[in-house]
Amino acid sequence: MFKKVLIANRGEIAVRIIRTLRKMNIKSVAVCSTADRDALHVKMADEHYCIGDPPPVSSYLNMQAIIKAAIDSGAEAVHPGYGFLAENPEFARKVQEAGLVFIGPDPFASETMGNKTRARKHVSEAGVPIVPGTEDIKSIHEAVEFAEKVGFPVIIKAASGGGGIGMKIVNRREDLESAIEEAQNRAKQAFGDATVYIEKYVSNPHHIEIQILADNYGNTIHIFERECSVQRRHQKVIEETPSPFIDINKVEEMGESAIRAARSVNYKNAGTIEFLVDDKKNHYFLEMNTRLQVEHPVTEMTTGIDLVEWQIRIAAGEKLNLSQPQIKREGHAIECRIYAEDPVRFYPSPGLIKKYSEPSGENIRVDSGVYEGFKVPMYYDPLLAKLIVWGKTRDEAIERMKYALDNFIIEGPKTNIPFLREMMEFPEFVEGRYDTHVIERFFQWKKSK
Amino acid sequence: MAEVVAQMVGKVWKIVANEGDCVEEGDPIIIIESMKMEIPIEAEVSGKVTKIHVTFDQTVNEGDVVAEIDEGGC
Repeated sequence: MFKKVLIANRGEIAVRIIRTLRKMNIKSVAVCSTADRDALHVKMADEHYCIGDPPPVSSYLNMQAIIKAAIDSGAEAVHPGYGFLAENPEFARKVQEAGLVFIGPDPFASETMGNKTRARKHVSEAGVPIVPGTEDIKSIHEAVEFAEKVGFPVIIKAASGGGGIGMKIVNRREDLESAIEEAQNRAKQAFGDATVYIEKYVSNPHHIEIQILADNYGNTIHIFERECSVQRRHQKVIEETPSPFIDINKVEEMGESAIRAARSVNYKNAGTIEFLVDDKKNHYFLEMNTRLQVEHPVTEMTTGIDLVEWQIRIAAGEKLNLSQPQIKREGHAIECRIYAEDPVRFYPSPGLIKKYSEPSGENIRVDSGVYEGFKVPMYYDPLLAKLIVWGKTRDEAIERMKYALDNFIIEGPKTNIPFLREMMEFPEFVEGRYDTHVIERFFQWKKSK
Repeated sequence: MAEVVAQMVGKVWKIVANEGDCVEEGDPIIIIESMKMEIPIEAEVSGKVTKIHVTFDQTVNEGDVVAEIDEGGC
């Protein structure tokens, strides 16, 4: 086992990794920017290196400085956390070339999964369902044939497109031809390329992901699902497991798809396969996150598995001693992400934390990166902490979350705690019948009250 | 004269309007970057931009006046 590990990250995730390192009797090395000299992860680590100026390019994305700190400190491995360099194959390669262990998959996996079209093609060839779509459309006949096969609505997308430009949802057969012409014209104007293709449009989808673990000896297991449909601007806010939307048979089916996707890139370490699930409970591969996921604690709370510990053990060459039938879960866990932001407009709100008090009690876990008196820098992600609760049932977990949110005191930066607390009362959430549009409907509900 | 005020701490990422421009209420004047987000600071009135008080990459604090608009100017 390693004696010393460097964490190439900051905030709550760096703190969370240090906690497991300490449990495993491994020395921790933190890196920080000059804006983070007083940060919690720096205080908690056994030693730290200040590696650059506040902007991420100068510090947390500065590969050379991070690898130099790892070598100078005598660390044997680098844990990248999530974000920053976690899914950067070049970084993983450089770490390995420096004679260090990268705690994550081989660069090939992050490279393949990092490109969306390539990833889709790759997993599809391995038998994982993807949202049905056409190649480039050459004739209207082709388009009609496809749409009738998969059923309306369908969505037309520009082949060279991005950012939603040129996309068009079509609900009826009679609108298809004119919609294609319009999309082609717009694509031509915007991207200089009139090529379009068609996909089945997944309306009101769920965003459900599967956690996997894979070792260096060909053992790959899944550790159930996480429901992540509460999102704003494609960023998750609340996650839970089990998903209130699918049953265990569906979870097993998705678990098999996830394992297939992971094996297709010879995946090693912890990873997550994200799926879209439509209202008829069909699942489609969305992407694979080749790293530890922000919301991993809900899996840990329901299974008792320390995912970071397994990341480290696998990276050190240990064999997974867990087999699929041994993976059991109990109860229900919910995570709320506590962001430094205005609870109504979701605008960021950095600054000095004047008062800070975490909730405590049975089955309440707080993964935090801040403390009273810390000045939250404006340079990084607004995530201050994650609040995770466990209950025997979903209802019990929701009640516990209400209590925990009521007792989470943060003064100084504005936070989304009031928003999260109200979500715990929103009937659609409480009854577990929500999809990815839940936040839009929450605000309509609030307005109507 | 109406003041355009920053609502949060951040760095000036883009200056959208120029001095002398006619702007409508709700038009973005400055875009600041904070916590990995780009946030527009919008004109609260229509009129002519008479003064831009900030430069690219400058840090602004909550309450800072970043620009001025003359409501009768256009």
